[in-house]
Amino acid sequence: MTNSFGEFENAKLFFLIGTNMTEAHPVASYYVKRAKLKGAKIIVADPRYQALAKKADIYAQIKVGSDVAFINGLMNVLITENLYDKKFVEENTEGFEEMKATVMKYPPEKAAEISGVSADLIREIARTMAAIKPGMLCYTLGITEHTCGKNNVMSTSNLQMLLGNMGMESAGVNPLRGQNNVQGACDMGALPNVYPGYQAVTDPKNKEKFEKAWGVNNLSDKVGLMIPDMMHALTTKKVRAFYIFGENLARTDPNITHVEHELESAEFLVCNDIFHTETTRFADVIFPAAAWCEDEGTFSSSERRLNRVRKIKDAPGQAMPNWWIFKQLAKRLGHEWTSNSAQEIWDNEHSMVAPAFAGIKYHRLEGDGLQWPCPNEEHPGTKFLHKDGKFTRGKGLFKGIEWTPPAEVADAEYPLVLSTGRRLVHYHTRTQTGRCGLDRVLDDKTGLNQMMSEERVDMSAADAQKLGVKHGEYVKVSSRRGAVKVRAKVTDEIPAGMVWMSFHFSEGNANWLCNNVFDPETKTAEYKACAVRIDKI
Amino acid sequence: MSKTIVINGKECAFDGNKTVLQIARDNGFYIPSLCYHPKLGPASKCRVCVVEVDGIRNLQTSCSLTATDGMIITTDSPRVLDAQRMVVNLLLANGNHNCMICERNGDCELQEAAYHLGIELPAFIVEEREDKDESGAFIVRDVNKCIQCGRCIEACNRLVVNEVLDFGFRGGHTQVVCDGNKPMGESTCVQCGECVQVCPVGALIEKKAIGKARSWEITKIRTTCPYCGVGCQQELHLKGDQIVRVKGVEGAKPNDGHLCVKGRYGYDFIYSKERLTTPLIKKNGKFEEATWDEALDLVADKFKQIIKESGPDAIACVSCARSTNEDSFYMQKLFRAAIGTNNIDHCART
Repeated sequence: MTNSFGEFENAKLFFLIGTNMTEAHPVASYYVKRAKLKGAKIIVADPRYQALAKKADIYAQIKVGSDVAFINGLMNVLITENLYDKKFVEENTEGFEEMKATVMKYPPEKAAEISGVSADLIREIARTMAAIKPGMLCYTLGITEHTCGKNNVMSTSNLQMLLGNMGMESAGVNPLRGQNNVQGACDMGALPNVYPGYQAVTDPKNKEKFEKAWGVNNLSDKVGLMIPDMMHALTTKKVRAFYIFGENLARTDPNITHVEHELESAEFLVCNDIFHTETTRFADVIFPAAAWCEDEGTFSSSERRLNRVRKIKDAPGQAMPNWWIFKQLAKRLGHEWTSNSAQEIWDNEHSMVAPAFAGIKYHRLEGDGLQWPCPNEEHPGTKFLHKDGKFTRGKGLFKGIEWTPPAEVADAEYPLVLSTGRRLVHYHTRTQTGRCGLDRVLDDKTGLNQMMSEERVDMSAADAQKLGVKHGEYVKVSSRRGAVKVRAKVTDEIPAGMVWMSFHFSEGNANWLCNNVFDPETKTAEYKACAVRIDKI
Repeated sequence: MSKTIVINGKECAFDGNKTVLQIARDNGFYIPSLCYHPKLGPASKCRVCVVEVDGIRNLQTSCSLTATDGMIITTDSPRVLDAQRMVVNLLLANGNHNCMICERNGDCELQEAAYHLGIELPAFIVEEREDKDESGAFIVRDVNKCIQCGRCIEACNRLVVNEVLDFGFRGGHTQVVCDGNKPMGESTCVQCGECVQVCPVGALIEKKAIGKARSWEITKIRTTCPYCGVGCQQELHLKGDQIVRVKGVEGAKPNDGHLCVKGRYGYDFIYSKERLTTPLIKKNGKFEEATWDEALDLVADKFKQIIKESGPDAIACVSCARSTNEDSFYMQKLFRAAIGTNNIDHCART
């Protein structure tokens, strides 16, 4: 996030696109709703008429995968009606003319045709955003989980730069991160192209710096593989050993049949985990790991805030902290590492090699922690980025972006669009929430008394009627990749022609159906769009 | 500080707009307050925080009384204490406040007020009991202990804006209700537990905590929620190494005491009997228990063999977006420095 959660409550305007905060980031949604009580305007763009959409001042029910066209339409109005922030654009950005040339191809009528949002509503949203400044833009996986995910993300920053909504309080582009420490895993360089602190592996200076810090001379300057390429390389044997640390790829990745084939193809598979999962079945060796509350450490939240996590108990049996396991393996590969605790790893290693984190030390993390960038120990941390329109690269870069449809669209054989995500009471594949009694929470208060103990397919009343499906009845949902049997949940959240599922349950998991196609650059899968059909059983 | 009021003869300096209750608390004076919560602001409903103000005939509720320079306040006169006793006695009469078996014993604001005011036995006869509402997955509502301070209603509607709780019925029959008097479990309540967080008594309690610990056995530790990326600050209430309940940390960034259903009630997976407790090596298709040395040696030897035969890029890893930064740092260091490849990724972009 460029900005912070603390700025939500006093924001004047929210533009929420592809984010169902009420269920995926509930505490953030409280602050959006409170801002509304204080008079903020809420604009929601989402295919689902979800809880915040119901509270919105303006709701745009965009079609799945139409985000680029929709945002280009908004920018078209801002430019043609001269409503954009000319001062900010002139002083702080470049590439405006190139972006404008593309955006001019998306008059509201054209954007309406693609997105399903009327041209009048597109105009109203653009004019509202121009009239109320600053505005905060928030998104989640509704933006990224498309074959055009990167383009979607760039469209959101195009829009906020055009409005001048950058580099100040209660503004910015704010992706809410899904996992507690996905931000931290990026910060630590668990990525194929950067060392800790976002330092490119291809830069010889960085290679030299890290070789010196780590006392080695063999660091690779070649960008590594991303997950889908790793998985594919298991089948071609280009990757022979695969180490999975705490992820349940056999249920979280799209097209489970295909994913399981890839995992099965691994010559040697190692897992660190706290439970057996659908993925550990394929392992050759499993290391038992310490869980949350069983080791000291830090998490980085969406707002770049470093927070402490504390140990309250020992890990069960012989389970050990993950860092200890990696250290023991390194030792057997001929590398003696000296750190003996999370604090030593942070204070003596990470903060010494990552300049944006240099000022963050454990003794400064009591209480509310610190937000990076924090370059020295006197620095108070950074509440919002790009202050006064100063971007990391210098000037903010506009990009002209063309809309592309999802890889698979509805047709006669598979007439419904499936989109997927998370529900409130569960988390990912339920390895944790499945063991806390959260199954007991009622999902449906309409009389069926359904507990959240199994998956269901959310569908519109119109489609249910057309197919003769009753609320609560088991149906078969199938795509070109697989089929599942789940109960139908008929709900006003879903428009006709669309259905929605989560990936929380082993059986009935949406990933049996999802399309394993990826954004060409980010390699993020298109979890948000594929074609399915529903049949009565 | 530019302004001063006098409380029970003591000069108390303050700045800006503050209530008499806030200044009294800052200066170590105890005034019972039940409907007031710092997050919710003055409510002036319960009347238990009344004080005497020189020059004003009636007693004033200190939670809503803005202090003005020179004000003279008395919090311990017989008139004030009698009024406070009457309020607490009426609240005690309106329900069944049996401290002996209450989860909030020792951590109850009504009990604290009664203790402070020296109420040994309630002055009035206790009404008949009503059944508890145990239909919620994680929250038990006990109307017998409710003092109708309204904090839960304010919190539900103004803080988390889930808009479930309200007062229902009239006069002596007034009760806090969910969605126009549905059992909590059948209402639109999402079990975020904010109402439990602000309840001053034992009317709203965590189902999982029942019978687990008395308040004086509890130690508290601040940590960070393991679920989504908001980074909510939790206060774990522990008895030994067991989590008894989870509260939000009041005043903390970013969540100021708020949590969601997962953050508040999704903690006990760590105690599951299904946890992995020993290294496992697959032999003939079945996992067998192994020592750390056996398992680590096996993995290291296999990695060395593959590096030798196919180069370091024939090994790849997916790191964890749930574990700590320090774990992630060592994972990437293992792959980069010890193995020699950048084949490291995690679910960063999903």
